[in-house]
Amino acid sequence: MEPRSSTEAESPIKERRRGRYKIFLGMAAGVGKTYRMLQEGQAEAEAGRDVVIGYLEPHDRPETIAQAEGLELIPRRRVRYRDAELEEMDLPAIVRRAPELCLVDELAHTNPPGLEHAKRYQDIEGILDAGIDVFSTVNVQHLESLNDQVAEVTGTRVRETVPDAVLGTADDVVLLDLTPESLIERLLAGKIYPQDRVQAALNNFFTVENLAALREVSLRQVAEEVEHKRVIVDPALSSREDRLVETAAAQAIHDRLLALVTPTPKSQRVVRRAWRSAQRLGGDLDILWVTNHEPSEQEREQLDALRRLASVLGAHLLIEHGDDIAATAARVAEDRGTTYILMGRPAPRSPIRRLLQPALPFRLLSLLPGVDLRIVADRTRRTGSIETQEEP
Amino acid sequence: MTALLIVLVVLLALAVVALAATHIQYRRRRPTKLPTRSAGRILFPFMAGALSQRALDAALRLARAEDATLVPVFLARVSMHLPIDTPLPRQSGVALSLQEAIEQRATRWGIPVDARIERGRTYRHALRQTFEHERYDRIVLAAATRGNSGFDADDVAWLLDNALGEIVVLRPGADTTIEVPAPPFRESRSRDLQEQLR
Repeated sequence: MEPRSSTEAESPIKERRRGRYKIFLGMAAGVGKTYRMLQEGQAEAEAGRDVVIGYLEPHDRPETIAQAEGLELIPRRRVRYRDAELEEMDLPAIVRRAPELCLVDELAHTNPPGLEHAKRYQDIEGILDAGIDVFSTVNVQHLESLNDQVAEVTGTRVRETVPDAVLGTADDVVLLDLTPESLIERLLAGKIYPQDRVQAALNNFFTVENLAALREVSLRQVAEEVEHKRVIVDPALSSREDRLVETAAAQAIHDRLLALVTPTPKSQRVVRRAWRSAQRLGGDLDILWVTNHEPSEQEREQLDALRRLASVLGAHLLIEHGDDIAATAARVAEDRGTTYILMGRPAPRSPIRRLLQPALPFRLLSLLPGVDLRIVADRTRRTGSIETQEEP
Repeated sequence: MTALLIVLVVLLALAVVALAATHIQYRRRRPTKLPTRSAGRILFPFMAGALSQRALDAALRLARAEDATLVPVFLARVSMHLPIDTPLPRQSGVALSLQEAIEQRATRWGIPVDARIERGRTYRHALRQTFEHERYDRIVLAAATRGNSGFDADDVAWLLDNALGEIVVLRPGADTTIEVPAPPFRESRSRDLQEQLR
C-alpha cells in the first residue's frame, strides 16, 4: 500500500479511516499480555481478517511462541547502533504490507537513533494513520504519571516511559488482571523467566506486596480511563454544544484538592485527610495558607514542617497574602482548577461577627458554586474519648 | 407618629440589649486563654512495622508528666535509585495512618502532638535529618527485640554519639506493635504465600 498524501491525511474522511487501537495493559511481566494479544489476533485471523505480527518479544516462552504459530511475521530490520547490530520493528515494511490488523508487542520500547521515530508508540501512530488496526502491549510502570509511584513501590525505576495520553488514544484498553499469588505460581513454574532467574526475581520485584500494589495501580488506572472515555466522543461527529459539555466533563473528572491550613500542628489532620482523599480520587493536592502578616518564629517552624510534609506527599504548599481568607482561597481555587476544598472546623465567632459576615464555609460555597467543600472533623473528639484537649 | 417612633426606639433598644447579652454569654463560654504552647518536645522516632505500643505509652506518660509536646517522627527510607526528595505515596500512606493512631491515643491523654515524616537513605540518615530540622528535649525510642524491628544496639550507640538531649531507650518485652490495617486485597493468603517463599 502506498503512503497517502498529506492532504488526504488531513481530511475528515481519513480521520474516520484511522485504524482501531487496542492496548493490553498488565501490572508486571508474565501476566499474559502478549499471549492474550496473540490469542485475539488468532481469533481475528480465524474470522477471515488479514493479521500480521509487526513485532513480537516472546522472551523464549514456549506458550507464547506456540500461540504465534500460523500468523505472518513481518521480518525485523537490522539496525547498527554503536558497535551492536539490533533488530527492530520494520515500520515501512508494515505500512507497505498494509494488513488489516497488526500486532505490536511492547509499545514503550525506545528505538535506536536513525529510525523514523524515537519511540515505538510513535511508530504505532504511523501504522494507525495508515488505516491499519493495531493490538499492542504495555506494563503499567511504563506510564509516565505512574512511574514515580511504581518506583517507590518496587524500588525499581523503568527508563522507557510513555505519555499517559497514549492509553487515552486507544479505542480499547484490556487489563490483564492476575492475582499476585497466581503470578508468583507462574514464576515458580518457570513460565516467566528461566529457573536460574526465578529466585532473584522473587527476592526483588516479584513480592506479593509489590504485585498487589501494582495490581491496585493498574486497576485504578483502567477505571479512570473508562470513566474518562465515557464522556469523550469523536469530536468530528459531535455538535459544538456537545463538545463544550464534554470538555467541561473531562475537566471535572480530574479532581484537584485544596486544603486550607494555618501553620499549627492541628492543620496536619486536615492535610492527612486531604491527602487520603486525593489518593482515592487520583487527584492532585494543594495546601494553602492565607496570611496577612509575616510568619512568626513559631509559624516559620511549622511552615518548614508543612513544606517537608508536602514534599513527601507530593503536594504543593502555597502561601498567599490577603486579608480576606475566603476571597483569596476562592481566587486560588479558580486559578488552580480546584474541585474540592478541605478545611478544619472554623474557630467560633462572636455573635456580632456572625451577624456582619457569613462563616468562612458559607462564603466559600457562595464564591465557588461548583466546588465541593468538606469540613474535616476531629475524630478524637468523638464520643468515646475520655479526656479531650482544647484545640490549640 | 410619635407613638410609632417610641415603639421603634424601644424595639431597637431591646435588640441592642439582646445582642449585648448574647455577646457577653459568648465571651463567658469561650475559653479565656488558649492552651499555652508546651515548652518541652519529646521526639518519638519510629518506622513502619515497628511502632511499639509500650514505647509509645512510655513516651506519652513522659510527655504528660512534663507537660511536653509529643513529636512522633516516621522515618521513611528512600531507595538509592530514587532522588532523595522524591514523593513517597506508599510510605506516606502508612505514616499518616500510624500518626493518626498516635494522635488519637495522645489526645485521650490530653497531650499535644506535632507529627513529622522524615526521609533518608537509611533510618540513621532520616534521624540525622530529624535532628537538623527539629528542636527537642528528649528522645524516646523502642529497641529492637525478637519479632520487633526497632533500633538495634548499633543504632542506639550511634544516637548517643549524635543526638543532643536525653535518650530513653525502651526494651519492649512481650510487646505489640500498632499496625496499619491492610488494604482489602491483601488477604492473609498473600502473607502466608510470601512467608512460604521466604
